[in-house]
Amino acid sequence: MLILTCPYCGVAAEEAELHAGGEAHLKRVGPGGADQEFEDYLFARKNRKGVHFERWRHAYGCGKWFLAARGTVTLQVFGTYVAQTPHPPADIVAAIRQTRPDWQSDWSETAGAEAE
Amino acid sequence: MPSPSRRYSVFAIAREALRQHSGWSRAWTSPEPRRRYKVVIVGAGGHGLATAYYLGKNFGITDIAVIEKGWLGGGNTGRNTTIIRSNYLQDPSAAIYDKALKLYENLSQDLNYNVMFSPRGLIMLAQTEHEIRGYKRTVYANTLQGVATEWIEPVRLKELVPIINIDGPRYPVLGGLYQPRGGTARHDAVAWGYARACSDMGMHIIQNCEVTGIETEAGQVRAVNTPKGRIECEKLALVVAGHSSQLAEMAGFRLPIESVALQALVSEPIKPCLDVVVMANTVHGYLSQSDKGEMVIGGGTDSFNNFTQRGSWHHVEETVRALVETFPMISRLKMLRQWGGIVDMTGDRSPILSATPVGGVFVNCGWGTGGFKAIPGSGWAMAELVANGRPGPLAADFGLNRFREGRFIDESVAAGVAH
Repeated sequence: MLILTCPYCGVAAEEAELHAGGEAHLKRVGPGGADQEFEDYLFARKNRKGVHFERWRHAYGCGKWFLAARGTVTLQVFGTYVAQTPHPPADIVAAIRQTRPDWQSDWSETAGAEAE
Repeated sequence: MPSPSRRYSVFAIAREALRQHSGWSRAWTSPEPRRRYKVVIVGAGGHGLATAYYLGKNFGITDIAVIEKGWLGGGNTGRNTTIIRSNYLQDPSAAIYDKALKLYENLSQDLNYNVMFSPRGLIMLAQTEHEIRGYKRTVYANTLQGVATEWIEPVRLKELVPIINIDGPRYPVLGGLYQPRGGTARHDAVAWGYARACSDMGMHIIQNCEVTGIETEAGQVRAVNTPKGRIECEKLALVVAGHSSQLAEMAGFRLPIESVALQALVSEPIKPCLDVVVMANTVHGYLSQSDKGEMVIGGGTDSFNNFTQRGSWHHVEETVRALVETFPMISRLKMLRQWGGIVDMTGDRSPILSATPVGGVFVNCGWGTGGFKAIPGSGWAMAELVANGRPGPLAADFGLNRFREGRFIDESVAAGVAH
């Protein structure tokens, strides 16, 4: 069973205590967005075979949404982090590179989380 | 060109019996790929092979390669619980699934290969008031669609399924949606039968050959790259279920698909005690008895993206716990095997049969938890789409553009989790 540590309450929660919420870091499109942008935001998913960033809710615990980095083939959990980040933080990226040195992020790591 | 394999018949068995069965040949050939084909189909599961078969049979296109990463029928075609039904709520779904069911009814004769289609009847249990209303609505919809289904009361249901406990206590059986024409078929045989028929038409089935890249030029597909070399094609059909997103990425577009694990398990074989398929959608479990006597049990999907082809233990527990209440006699059965498959889920739980942003590339995916029952209908509709470059009546509503346009074929409410 998948075990994720809730970054808010610190509980190592079993999967049955959590609710999966799909891909993380989706950027909401504003009212002026084109149809294509809305379609991408609502439906198009990366569905990575490898490192996947995803939303989870500690449903039977503190009730808060948090984010996790997880391998979808090995089910290895690289870490969990709070939801209020536009990109995975540096310690999560470091944890991923520890086992997957060649892993490439699909955002600009040098810009830093604060840039957005 | 391979010589067409010998026709299977009772006379062939008798003849071979007299010469120690030395005259049988392999059901399909395993050639090295040519440099170029008119159509390349990625995925030699039921849907891919059926697409190839109907391209040959209905449109005379036989310059086809079906390439497969693993072994033929080793993906979800060999991992499902073999249930066949067409009692869907929405008209486009009922049309394509009922087409599939009708083709299944004559598939053994059509392919000259026994797919062991068994129209033993299928019941979806109503265990809440909400389900009663939902299933009665489906019966009315099916009546308008010309799909024969009926609502049955608990007493009749108990006659059809003597091993069922209709008194609850937690989820009493309040009735059921009954489709007498539904049933099961031998899943491997469906893939094998189509493969043999395709091979006989001169198509190439290339196993153990993973597509590693898709070459495009000016928005038009040119070739696929594989460990066995570059294979050029005019048209490319991606029919790969769980890995649809990965292939779409190679071609340069994204799909509204997420891959999750769906699991099933079988018990030790016991004497015949259940001659219908029973689905219990409230508790996420479905049950049928195979011809060998095993109880075949399907459960719910994992909630998270997953490519492991395993399932989670707690989902097994959930499924079995619920089924034991409804079928108390299975509580002492030993479970023999448990396995998982990777299913491709769309937002509206309906499939995608569509042209794509890349010219000459077509996708057939998103069958989610219910692809096996659709194989012949899916192949029929996909062949029409690939051959003509535009969808026929069966595929018309299942295009990718439905997401942008908000025309969902919303089966997620009607079908629940279990397909």
